[in-house]
Amino acid sequence: MSDRDVEPDVEQIIEGGAEPGQEEALEASLTSPARLTAYLRRGGVIVPILTTVIAFLVAGVVVLLTGHDPLNTYSAIFKGTGLNWLFPWVSGTERSAAALALQQTLIQTTVLIMVGLAVAFAFRAGLFNIGGQGQYTMGAIAAVWVGSSLSGLPPVLHIILAIALAALAGAIWAGIAGLLKAVAGVHEVISTIMLNWIAIWIGVYLFQLGGPLQDPSQPSTPVSKTIAASAKLPVFWGSAQLQGLDIGIFIALAAVVAFAIIINRTRLGYEVRAVGFNPDAASYAGMNVRRNYVRVMFICGAFAGVGAAMDILGWKFSLFTNDIQTSQIGFLGIAVALLGRNTAGGTVAAALLFGALLTGTSQRNLDPTVFDPNLAQYLTYMIQGLIVLLVSTDVIALRVLKGGRGIAVGLRRKPRGPQATEESAA
Amino acid sequence: MTDSSPSASSGAPALELRGITKRFGSVVANDRVDFDVRAGEVHALLGENGAGKSTLMSVLYGLYKPTEGEIFVDGRQVEIDSPSAAINLGIGMVHQHFMLVPVMTVAENIVLGQEPKRAGGMLDFAAARARVRELSDRYGLAVDPDATIEDVTVGAQQRVEILRALYRGARILVLDEPSAVLTAQEVIELMAVIQRLKQDGTAIVFISHKLHEVLEVADRITVLRRGKRVDTVPRAGATERSLAQLVVGRDVLLAVDKHAAKAGDPLLHVDELFVRDDRELMAVDGLSLSVRAGEIVALAGVDGNGQQELVEAITGLRLPESGSVVVEGQDIAGRGVRAATEAGIAHIAEDRHRRGLVLPFTLTENMALREYRRPLFSARGWLRLRRMRERARKLLHEFDVRGGGPEAFAVSLSGGNQQKVCVAREIASEPKVLIAHQPTRGLDVGAIEFVHRRLIGERDKGRAVLLVSLEYEEVRALADRILVIFEGKIVGEFPPDVTEETLGIAMTGGDAAAEAA
Repeated sequence: MSDRDVEPDVEQIIEGGAEPGQEEALEASLTSPARLTAYLRRGGVIVPILTTVIAFLVAGVVVLLTGHDPLNTYSAIFKGTGLNWLFPWVSGTERSAAALALQQTLIQTTVLIMVGLAVAFAFRAGLFNIGGQGQYTMGAIAAVWVGSSLSGLPPVLHIILAIALAALAGAIWAGIAGLLKAVAGVHEVISTIMLNWIAIWIGVYLFQLGGPLQDPSQPSTPVSKTIAASAKLPVFWGSAQLQGLDIGIFIALAAVVAFAIIINRTRLGYEVRAVGFNPDAASYAGMNVRRNYVRVMFICGAFAGVGAAMDILGWKFSLFTNDIQTSQIGFLGIAVALLGRNTAGGTVAAALLFGALLTGTSQRNLDPTVFDPNLAQYLTYMIQGLIVLLVSTDVIALRVLKGGRGIAVGLRRKPRGPQATEESAA
Repeated sequence: MTDSSPSASSGAPALELRGITKRFGSVVANDRVDFDVRAGEVHALLGENGAGKSTLMSVLYGLYKPTEGEIFVDGRQVEIDSPSAAINLGIGMVHQHFMLVPVMTVAENIVLGQEPKRAGGMLDFAAARARVRELSDRYGLAVDPDATIEDVTVGAQQRVEILRALYRGARILVLDEPSAVLTAQEVIELMAVIQRLKQDGTAIVFISHKLHEVLEVADRITVLRRGKRVDTVPRAGATERSLAQLVVGRDVLLAVDKHAAKAGDPLLHVDELFVRDDRELMAVDGLSLSVRAGEIVALAGVDGNGQQELVEAITGLRLPESGSVVVEGQDIAGRGVRAATEAGIAHIAEDRHRRGLVLPFTLTENMALREYRRPLFSARGWLRLRRMRERARKLLHEFDVRGGGPEAFAVSLSGGNQQKVCVAREIASEPKVLIAHQPTRGLDVGAIEFVHRRLIGERDKGRAVLLVSLEYEEVRALADRILVIFEGKIVGEFPPDVTEETLGIAMTGGDAAAEAA
């Protein structure tokens, strides 16, 4: 008996392949999100990178069809992301422009990390959280309300209070879906989608012209009041006037660390994963599966709510009804979680990718002589859609590969199934 | 009954596998295996879990492509690259896990994929039903063509699987551990069906763990061990002991030594317990029993007579309607799994995949599954990972679990080793009461011997053991007292030397039960 070659990764489970019955039994015993998670976590970082490359290639073809040069376009988008700031040879005005752009990228990354975690945490517990958008919206409403109405508080306290209430608002919103699942068996995909719409229309109602929380000083604009200076997150890189980078990014990174610790080191994480993989075994272990659903959704919502607070307190400062209706950030969170394979590190990397894409194709940063930014932003959403599609077909692709063994030897690791272990037992 | 088909045994084999090797990377699952079966013959394939039986059959059924080797059907070399190719060659497979559509009828399931059609592409239900009737009459496979699959017994579902294979024209039938899911009575019926098929000239490959069944039904027996064919022997002259030796590669104790129980005070007391099943029917119907310290009480019965619900109610998984479950004076009925565990109940679950293990978890995580809340494994919400790992390492060593260390995933272990993990975990919690529900289901002889020893060991440590089993041999080998459960009630109590016949009558609600009760 030894610790030999077994790595803490789910892939060998899927790959095992030796005793067919075994594999079927496993698949039958898993919830479908858990099964998806297991598939997604196969293949390490190669598959997500490949997925991204394919998505960019397909988008490149679309760019070509519009009569532009894809290489030129992508290079302009890359410049727009500010990631060239990281290259030491970039200097002078180009460097300061890059810095401005990179600050934008990281601002987007901050919120994407949070909404990504909101989806990833649910996935680990065997739940599909499609409600990131609604949870984000409720968090944003809470943040803007606390930020604009409790003026006179000391800054630190004001910020903490606003973040806490935003987290709570998101948590309650997601918790409703968890509760509905626990007590009435309502599937969380249905309930979270419906809650998204309810949240959006609550927001529109509140800040619409004549709405109860509409800013009275701008009677003709459907917008909330602007938050007080004491609620704004300090900017530590760049100028606060030019939307520099605020400390929200550190809060998001702290949340990533918290996510990893909760999942791997705590009793809560152990329960979450057990319920996610096998609810029957979890109840056999004495866990309360239903309560766990509520608890998990609550935590997911809190992640999304904090993400919204980062946006409001960091750079938006007020909330337009228009913005509530058009925001896609919560849905991008699904792509972030899927591409990041529901892991802490993966979520950060995927959030950075999408943050960069959003910034690189924005009106403010993309060189209009290369590609019209009005159109370019749709490239981002297209790439997002392609990635989600490819990540999902990943599952199908792996299935096919599994049937036609050996075709994708490059992607597969050495099979280490029951047989390998049987051998060592001998 | 080899003599019933003399003509068949002389001809070319209906199926021949020659030198089949199947490698997965560096692992050899089948190593130059030869196997053949003639028309009208039952050829049993015997071997431990992971010996390569399923892999060999997957090769035959076109699920795996062999690395080396040739397959002949009726003396003609063939290439089988998909199950449909296998079906076209007249090979039928009845899997251990049935592949039926639960909401469709028996007849619909049987014709699925090859439906008789009327003009315009409409399904010809009448023809389907008639064809099913004809087949079922011919082979004595009693099924109701119009019943819905989810409403019929497991035995009937299996008959549907066999009928489906026959409907598709199977002349070579592979039965993968067909008796594993059946009750004793259903096994007898299955054996009769196999005889009928044999007489009709069907070639049958019979895969099993169970030595006595193999001896009963097979004409020849091939034993696989670690991917290699060890030997092929005729049934005549083979004994359980000689087969067990071939399977395990050493001498095996078929009946575990045990001395008489020194029973003490009752530790588990179930009184007037009523429990409803998932369909809201009263599955446990006013049942009372008690188990004393230092004895093994076996609960014998035909599957589906309330055993499942009783075990679930005792272990806190199911809310009883009324009644009490008392462990050392403490009533835990309806107070949940955690209360039951804390009161000292350990539970070797019937289904290790569904309930006993979280398969994608590591062995370390699985070993802590039932006690993760105790200070041993966690404090103030934090897991004590090092302690969990050490404990797992210790138990894996003590229970001789092979196939991986504490960081290995449960799914990567063979069935027998998985079961050892479950048994180790439950025993290690030092319970007062140990509920062992089908503790050796699907295990090979070596692993069965091991689990039996440990259960007797626990008894001798003064624990109260309640064994729920469908295996007569197991009940007889382990029990100090046998209680028979029928329709949710205890209908009789017998000493361990009761005959199978007496027990069988009691289990099916016969007269002897009434007398004994």
